[in-house]
Amino acid sequence: MDAVIVFLPLAAALIAGLFGRQIGDRGAQVVTCGAMLLAAALSVAVFADVALGGNTRTTELFTWIDSGTFEAAWSLRVDQLTAVMLLTVNVVSAMIHVYSVGYMSHDKSIPRFMAYLSLFTFFMLTLVTADNFMQLFFGWEGVGVCSYLLIGFWYDRPAANAAAIKAFIVNRVGDFGFALGIMGVFLAAGSVDFDTVFAAAPGLAETSVPFLGLTLPTLELLCLLLFIGAMGKSAQLGLHTWLPDAMEGPTPVSALIHAATMVTAGVFMVARLSPMFEYAPTALGVVAVVGALTAFFAGTVALCQNDIKRVIAYSTCSQLGYMFFAAGVSAYGAAIFHLFTHAFFKALLFLASGSVIHALAGEQDMRKMGGLWRKIWLTYALMWIGSLALAGIGLPGVFGFAGFYSKDIVLEAAYAAGTATGDFAFWVGIGAAVMTGFYSWRLIFMTFHGKSRADKHTMEHVHESPPVMMAPLIVLALGALVAGFIGYPYFVGDEMSAFWGASIFVLEGHASIEAAHHAPHWVAFLALGVGLFGIAVAALFYLATPSLPGRLAGALRGPYLFLLNKWYVDELYDFLFVRTARRLGYNLWKTGDGVIIDGIGPDGIAAHTIELARRAGRLQSGYVYHYAFAMLIGVVALVSWYLIGRL
Amino acid sequence: MNGLPVLSLIAFLPIVGAAMILIIRGEPAVVARNARNVALWTSVVTFLLSLTLWFGFDRGSADFQFVERAQWLPAFGIEYHMGVDGISVLFVLLSTLLTPICIVASWRSIQTSVKEYMIAFLVLETLMVGTFCALDFVVFYMFFEGVLIPMFLIIGVWGGARRVYSAFKFFLYTLLGSVLMLLALLAVYFEAGTTDIPALLDYRFPAEMQVWLWLAFFASFAVKVPMWPVHTWLPDAHVEAPTAGSVILAGVLLKLGAYGFIRFSIPMLPEATVFFTPLVFGLSAVAVVYTSLVALAQDDMKKLIAYSSVAHMGFVTAGMFTLTQQGIEGSLFQMLSHGIVSAALFLAVGVVYDRLHSREIARYGGLVHRMPNYAAVFMVFMLASVGLPGTSGFVGEFLSLVGAYQVNTWLAVLMTTGIILGAAYMLSLYARVIFGKLTKPDLMHMPDLSLREIAVFAPLVVLVFWMGFYPKAFLDVVAPSVENLIRRHTAAMEQATMLDWDVLWRTASRSLGQLVAAL
Repeated sequence: MDAVIVFLPLAAALIAGLFGRQIGDRGAQVVTCGAMLLAAALSVAVFADVALGGNTRTTELFTWIDSGTFEAAWSLRVDQLTAVMLLTVNVVSAMIHVYSVGYMSHDKSIPRFMAYLSLFTFFMLTLVTADNFMQLFFGWEGVGVCSYLLIGFWYDRPAANAAAIKAFIVNRVGDFGFALGIMGVFLAAGSVDFDTVFAAAPGLAETSVPFLGLTLPTLELLCLLLFIGAMGKSAQLGLHTWLPDAMEGPTPVSALIHAATMVTAGVFMVARLSPMFEYAPTALGVVAVVGALTAFFAGTVALCQNDIKRVIAYSTCSQLGYMFFAAGVSAYGAAIFHLFTHAFFKALLFLASGSVIHALAGEQDMRKMGGLWRKIWLTYALMWIGSLALAGIGLPGVFGFAGFYSKDIVLEAAYAAGTATGDFAFWVGIGAAVMTGFYSWRLIFMTFHGKSRADKHTMEHVHESPPVMMAPLIVLALGALVAGFIGYPYFVGDEMSAFWGASIFVLEGHASIEAAHHAPHWVAFLALGVGLFGIAVAALFYLATPSLPGRLAGALRGPYLFLLNKWYVDELYDFLFVRTARRLGYNLWKTGDGVIIDGIGPDGIAAHTIELARRAGRLQSGYVYHYAFAMLIGVVALVSWYLIGRL
Repeated sequence: MNGLPVLSLIAFLPIVGAAMILIIRGEPAVVARNARNVALWTSVVTFLLSLTLWFGFDRGSADFQFVERAQWLPAFGIEYHMGVDGISVLFVLLSTLLTPICIVASWRSIQTSVKEYMIAFLVLETLMVGTFCALDFVVFYMFFEGVLIPMFLIIGVWGGARRVYSAFKFFLYTLLGSVLMLLALLAVYFEAGTTDIPALLDYRFPAEMQVWLWLAFFASFAVKVPMWPVHTWLPDAHVEAPTAGSVILAGVLLKLGAYGFIRFSIPMLPEATVFFTPLVFGLSAVAVVYTSLVALAQDDMKKLIAYSSVAHMGFVTAGMFTLTQQGIEGSLFQMLSHGIVSAALFLAVGVVYDRLHSREIARYGGLVHRMPNYAAVFMVFMLASVGLPGTSGFVGEFLSLVGAYQVNTWLAVLMTTGIILGAAYMLSLYARVIFGKLTKPDLMHMPDLSLREIAVFAPLVVLVFWMGFYPKAFLDVVAPSVENLIRRHTAAMEQATMLDWDVLWRTASRSLGQLVAAL
C-alpha cells in the first residue's frame, strides 16, 4: 500500500504529461485527481495503521547507488512521522488538484499543469518516505525542480521565468549545504542510512573533525550543514527570497508549495533528524534563533505588502519560523503539529485568495479590491476561518481554530524550554503573533470591506467561484476548524509518546513539550491576547479610520519603504552575488581566457612564430653582398671564439 | 571467449566500412546517399557487436578481458595487445553508441564532401575504440594521437567560419603534449624494457623518474581533458565544429585525457601521483569555479556548453585523484554521463542550428510554443547537466564529491559551489532559448523534432534515466577494477619512498649537472 501511495501520483503525472494530447484536458484532470484522491484515501488508512496502530515498517525497493561502502537504496520508510506527512501532503494536494480543475479551466496547457502538480506530490512523497539521506536528497531536489516548473508555468512571462530560476538557484544554495552535510555524514558515520547514522550520533557528539582548516565538533558541523539545506527549502531568513517571488506561479501552485509540499520539507527534515540534532545543542540553538528571526522578519514585511498573495506568502515564511524554533527547542512534535494544522489553513487561505483573484479576473493588488464580502460571501467566510486559524484564535478550554492549539504549544514550549534561545524565540514569537493578527485582518478588511476600489466593469463581473473550486475549500476549512482540536492530544498532548513512538527522539532533559503543559497560564493568554490585539489594531487602521495607514506611512516614510521593499534583501543579493558573478564571469572570460591564457599560450606562440618567420624572411634579401656580409661576420665570430678559447 | 577477436572486430570494422565508402563511384548525389548508408550500417553493426562486451563482460573480475595478443615488432618486444577491463569497457560502448548517432545527426546537415566526412567519422571510431582497448603502450600512443587527425579534419573542413583558427589552436595545444608523451614513452621503454601495459602496471619506476614521466603524461592528458588553464582550445573547437564533431569531441575525445590518467598516471606512477595530487585538486577546483563563472557570461550556446564541459571534467579529475572508491567510481561515472549529456546538449543545439544557422542565444526565445517536444528533450538534458538526482549527471557528480570530501574539505566545498553555478547558467540558457514569448519572425515557422531527430535523442534519454535511477548496473562493471586499482596503489605506497621538494631539487640539479657535463 505504501508503494501505491507513493507511485500513484507518479503514474498519473506520466500519463497526463506524456499522453496529454491523447487523453485531452478532461482525461488528464480525471487521471490526476483520481490518483490523488485515491492516494489521499489510502493515506488515511496508512495513518490509522501506522500512527494510531503503531505498525511502522520499511520496504526496500531496490539498490540505487552502490559504490564501495557508499550504499543507498530506494525504500519506503513509513513510521509515525512519515504517516503524518503522507496524510498532510496527500489530502491537501488532492484538494488542490480538484480546485485546479476549476481554477485552471481556461488555461491552454491543462495536462501539463496537472502532470506537474502530481509530479510535485510524488517527489514530496519520496522525500517523506526516505530511509536514507540520498533518497531524502532526491525528493528534495525533485520538489525543487517541480517548483521551478510550476512557478515558471506561464513561461511567456519574463517575471515568471525569473522567479522560477530564482527559486531553483536559491534552493540550490541550500542544497549546497545539504550535499556537504551528506558527505560529512558518510565520512563520519560510514553510511547514509538513517538508522546507522542515528545509532552513531551519540558517539559523534564526542568527536571533532577538520573542516576548512578548523577543527569542529562533528555532529554540530553536520547538523548545521544539513540545516542550511532546510533553510533553503523552508525559506528561512537569508534564503527566503525565492518564496514571495514564487507567487508568479498560478495560485494552486502557491498553495501546494506553501502548504503541502516543498516548504514543509525543511521542518520535516529537522524532525526526522531529531536523533542527530538532539546531540548538537549549538545547532539546535541556531535552528531556534533562525526560526525566531524569520518569524519576526517575515511578519514585518507582511505588514506593508499590497499583493494579496504576497501577504500570505510572507505569513507562510513567518509560520515556518515558528515551526523551526519549536524544533530548535526540541519540541519536534509541536513543530510537526503546527506544520499539520498550517497545511490546512494556509492551503485554505491561498485557495480562497485564488477565489478572490478569480472573481476579479486576475487582480491581485489589494488596493484595487474592497467591499467584496456581499458578492462572494462564501469565500469571505472561508477567509475568516483561515485567518482565525492562522492567528490562533480560540476560547481557552472550550474550542479553538487549528492554529490556536498548535501556535500555543509552540510558544509555550519555547517558554518552557528554559534556555536562552528558547526565551528569545518566545518573545520574538509573541511579537510576530501581534503582526500575524494585524496583517491577516488587514488583508480581510482591505479585500472585503470598505468601498470598492475596483473599476466598475470588474465589479459587475464579480462572482462566486464554481463548486469544483469551493468544495475543496470547504474540506480544507473543515481541517482548519478541527485539525487542532482533534490532533492536540496525539501530537503534543497525553497520547504524545505513544503517537510518535520512536520516530521522534527527544533527550531526557529536553522535554519541552511536557514542560509546556506546566507553563504558567499567562503564557497561553498572552499568545491569544496579542493575536486579538493585532486584529484590533487592524480594525482601527482599516475599518475605523481608513486614512490612518496612509498618514502613518507618510510620517514614517523610511521604515515604511524599508518594509515595503522587504528590507532590501533582494537588492543586496543582486548587488553582492548576481551582478558580481556575472561581472566576474565576463572578466574571467575576456581577460583570463582571452588576454592572459590565449595571449601567452597559443595566440602568443603563433604571433611570435610569425614574427620570427618574418624576420628570418627579411634576412633572405637576395642581395649577394648581404649574404657575404653575414658570412664575414660569422667567420670573424668563429675565429675570435677560437682565439679567445686558446688564450 | 569463443575465439572470436571481438575487440579487433569492433575496432576495425569501421575501417572496413570506410574502405567501402572510398570505392563508391558515380553521381555525387548517389555517392552521398550510399556513403551515408554504408556509414550508418557499419556503425550500427559495430554497435551491435560491441554489445557482446556488455553482456559477456565478467563483472566480478578486475582482469583484462577479451584479450588478444599477436606479435607485431618482435625485435622491440612490441605486441599487438588488446583487452578491456571495468575501466575501459564502458568507454568502448560509449564510442560505438555515439558514432551511429553522429552519423544520423549529420544526415542532412552535411551536404559537402559527404563521402570524406563519413570516412573521417568511421576512421575516428576505429581510433577511439582502439585507444580504449589498447594494452600496449605503443599501440595506445598511435591510436591516442591518431584520433586528432580526423578530428582536426572534421573541424577544419566541415567547420564554421573561423574553423581554421580553431583547428590550429586545437592542434597547437595538443602538439606539445604529444611530443612530451612520446619522450615519456621512449623513457618508459628504455627503463622497463617493455611497452606492454599490464607489465608496466607491475613495474616499479624509481620515484624520481616517476616525477618526470608524470609531468610528461600530464602535459598530454591535461590538454585533452581539458584542465584549466589549457582549456581555451575547447570553446573555439566546439563553436566551429559541425554538430556531430562537437558531439564526438565532448562525448568521447574529452574522456581520453582522463582515461590516460586512470590508465597510466595513477597506477604506473603512484608516488608521483600522490606528490602531484594537490596540483590536480587545485586545477580542478579552479576549473569548476572559473569556467562555471565564464559560462554565465556566454552569448553563444555552444560556447556555454563547452565551458560547462570544462567544469564537469573538473569533477572528473578531482574525483579520480582522491583515490577513494567513491571518488574514482564517481569520476568514471561522470565521464560516461557527461559523454551522453553533453553529446545530447550539442545535438540539441544542432537541431536549432540546422533550422536557423545561428548559435547566438539572443536569436532564440519562446521555442516551446512551436517545438514542445524539443523543449521537453532539451529540458531532460538540461536537468541532467545540472545534476538533478534521478538523472545520470547526479550520480557521478555526487560520488566524486563524496570522494573529494574524504580527502579535502576545501576541495569539496569549492567544487560543490559548482552545483549552484551550474544551475545558474543552464537554467538561464534554457529560459532564454526555450521560454518567453515567441516574437522573432524567423522562429515562427520552425518545425518541431523530426522522426530522425527523435530517433537520435531517444536512446540518450533512456540512458540518462537508466543511469540515474539504476546506476548500479554501470557501477558494478567498474567496481572490481577500481577496487583493484586502489588496492595496488595502497600496496605500492606502503613501500614507497616519499617524494618531497628536497628530493626533487637534488635530482633536478644532478640531471642538470650531467647535462652540462655532457655538453
